[in-house]
Amino acid sequence: MSALTFNLNQTPRHSINCSNLTPDHLAGKTADEIAAMPINYGNSRVSVGDLFEISGTDTQHIVFKNTSNKLDYIGASMSSGTITVEGNAGAYLGFNLKNGEIHCHGNTEAFAACNMVNGLLHINGNTGDFLGAGSEGLRKGMRGGTVIVKGNAGDRVGDQMRRGLILIEGNAGDYCGSRMIAGTIGVLGNLGTYTAFNMHRGTLLLKKQPQLHATIQDCGTHTLPFLSLLFKSLAKYDTQFSKFSTQRVQRFVGDAAYKGNGELLILS
Amino acid sequence: MLLNGIQIDDTFAEAFNMRGTRVIITAQNHKWAYHAANAMTGFATSVIGCGVEAGIERDLSTEETPDGRPGVSILMFAMGSKVLMQQLETRMGQCILTCPTAAAFAGIDSEDKISLGKHLRYFGDGFQTSKLIDGRRYWRIPVMDGEFLTEETTGMVRAIGGGNFLILATSQPAALAAAEVAIEAMKQVPNVIMPFPGGVVRSGSKVGSKYKTMFASTNDAFCPTLKGATNTELSPEIESVMEIVIDGLTFEDIALSMKVGIEAICKLGESSGVKRISAGNYGGKLGPHLFKLHDILNGSKS
Repeated sequence: MSALTFNLNQTPRHSINCSNLTPDHLAGKTADEIAAMPINYGNSRVSVGDLFEISGTDTQHIVFKNTSNKLDYIGASMSSGTITVEGNAGAYLGFNLKNGEIHCHGNTEAFAACNMVNGLLHINGNTGDFLGAGSEGLRKGMRGGTVIVKGNAGDRVGDQMRRGLILIEGNAGDYCGSRMIAGTIGVLGNLGTYTAFNMHRGTLLLKKQPQLHATIQDCGTHTLPFLSLLFKSLAKYDTQFSKFSTQRVQRFVGDAAYKGNGELLILS
Repeated sequence: MLLNGIQIDDTFAEAFNMRGTRVIITAQNHKWAYHAANAMTGFATSVIGCGVEAGIERDLSTEETPDGRPGVSILMFAMGSKVLMQQLETRMGQCILTCPTAAAFAGIDSEDKISLGKHLRYFGDGFQTSKLIDGRRYWRIPVMDGEFLTEETTGMVRAIGGGNFLILATSQPAALAAAEVAIEAMKQVPNVIMPFPGGVVRSGSKVGSKYKTMFASTNDAFCPTLKGATNTELSPEIESVMEIVIDGLTFEDIALSMKVGIEAICKLGESSGVKRISAGNYGGKLGPHLFKLHDILNGSKS
C-alpha cells in the first residue's frame, strides 16, 4: 500500500484547516469519499478534492506534497499513524497530538505542538512563536510527547508547558520557557531576552548561557546524575542532543519573581 | 538416594507465598553501592522478626545499570504487600537516601507498583524535582552531597519464600565449610537470595512451641545436643546441622538454586564430614510449595 498523498493543486489564498486529514478521520475511506469530504478554506467550506489531488491508499501514512504555510492544523488530535509534510506547514501543526508521528521537512508557522499530549513532532526547518504552548484561554500548554526542531524557534517556546520534551538545535526567541510549569526544553543555539520569565518549574537545558534577568539566580556548577538517563533516552531520536554525555552543568534557578523552582542548566 | 557418598533424604522443603521486589542501587563505585545495599538488607533475615527478608542478588556492571554507574541488585520479600511497601519505604529513607552518591531504580516490571521515591520526595521540602524519562518517573531530591536520584516506583511480584535444605555433618566446622561452598555456588543463580547471615542459618525452627506466645521454636528434631532427649532425626555420628534458606521469584528459581547448592556440597564427598542432606518438612503446616529433594536433583519438577 502506498501512502495516502495530498498534493496541493493551487497556491492557497486563505488558510486551509487540515484537522480532518488525519489517520483517525480517514481510516476506511476511499479516495473518492475523501475527495468529497468538506474542508474549511478561509471562511468558506469546499471539498478536499477542490484543493488537493489525492493518491495512495494507506491512511496510516499520510503525505502532504507541494505544501504551503496556509495548511493549518495538520495532524490535529491524531492518535496513531504518521504524517509527513514535504515542505512548509501552517500554524498549529500537531495541535493536540495524542500519539503517532509528524515529520515536517520545511518550516512551520506559530503554535506548533500546541496542546500536544503525546507522540513525536519532528520539524526539519524553523518554527514560529509559541512552540509547545497552550491555545488561547488554556492555563496549560503541551502536556507530553517529544518535539524536535532542527532549525530555529520563535518567541515563547514552551509557554505554560506542563510536561514533555522540546529539543531545538538552532536558536530560540525571547521569553523561552515563559510561565513553564514542568517538562524539559533543550536549546543548542542562542536565546533571546527574558528566558525563563515567570517560570514555575521545569528544566531549560542550554548549550549557551543567555542574558538572564535579575530574578534568575546562579546555584553554581554541579554534576547531575539524571542527565545520563535523559541523554540515554534521546538515543532513539535524530537529534544532536543524543550525542551529549556530560553530567556537568551550571545551574540557575528561577523565576524568583514568581517564587519559581524552574532550572536553567548550562551544559559545559 | 546417594550422591558421591552423601545421603539425600527422600523429603521435601516446604515453602510459602510471599510478595517480592527488586531494587537496583547504584553509586560512585561498587564500594559505596555495597555500603548502601548492605544497610538496606541489614536486619532482614526472617519475616518472623524483621518484617522482610532481603539480600543482595548480584553485582551489576556499568552496562547493566540505568545510570551507567556500578551497582548491585537487591531482592526483598515480605508476607504481604502492605509490609513490603512499608519496609521498602523505611529502608529507602534510612539506608539509600542517606548513603553518599547512592541512587535507586526499579529492578523489576510488574503491573503492581510500590513506591521507591514516591513519598521520599517530600524530604526535598518543595525543592524536589520530577523528571519523566521514557515513560518512567524519577525524583531528584537535593541533598548535601548533590542530588539524590530515585525512580518513583518499582514493581511488586508474587514470589516464594522458605525454600531450604539442611546439611548434616560430623562436626560444626565441617557443616559450616560445606554450607559456605554451597552459598558461593548458589550466589551465581539469578532471582534468589539467601537472607540469613552469610546465607546460612543455624537456628532452624519448627512451627509452634510449648509456649503459647511463640509461633516458632527450635527445630529440636535436628538439634544434635538433644539426640537422646527428643524424637530426633539425627543419627549418632551427626554433631552439627546447618540450614540454607532460599527466597526466590519463582518455584523454578528456588529449585535451581537448591540443586546447585546441594550438588556443590556433594562434590566435596563423604570425606568432607557431610553425611546427609535433608530439608525442613513441616508436614504441610507451613505452605503450599513442596521442593522434593530427589525430584530437584533428578531435574524434574515437583
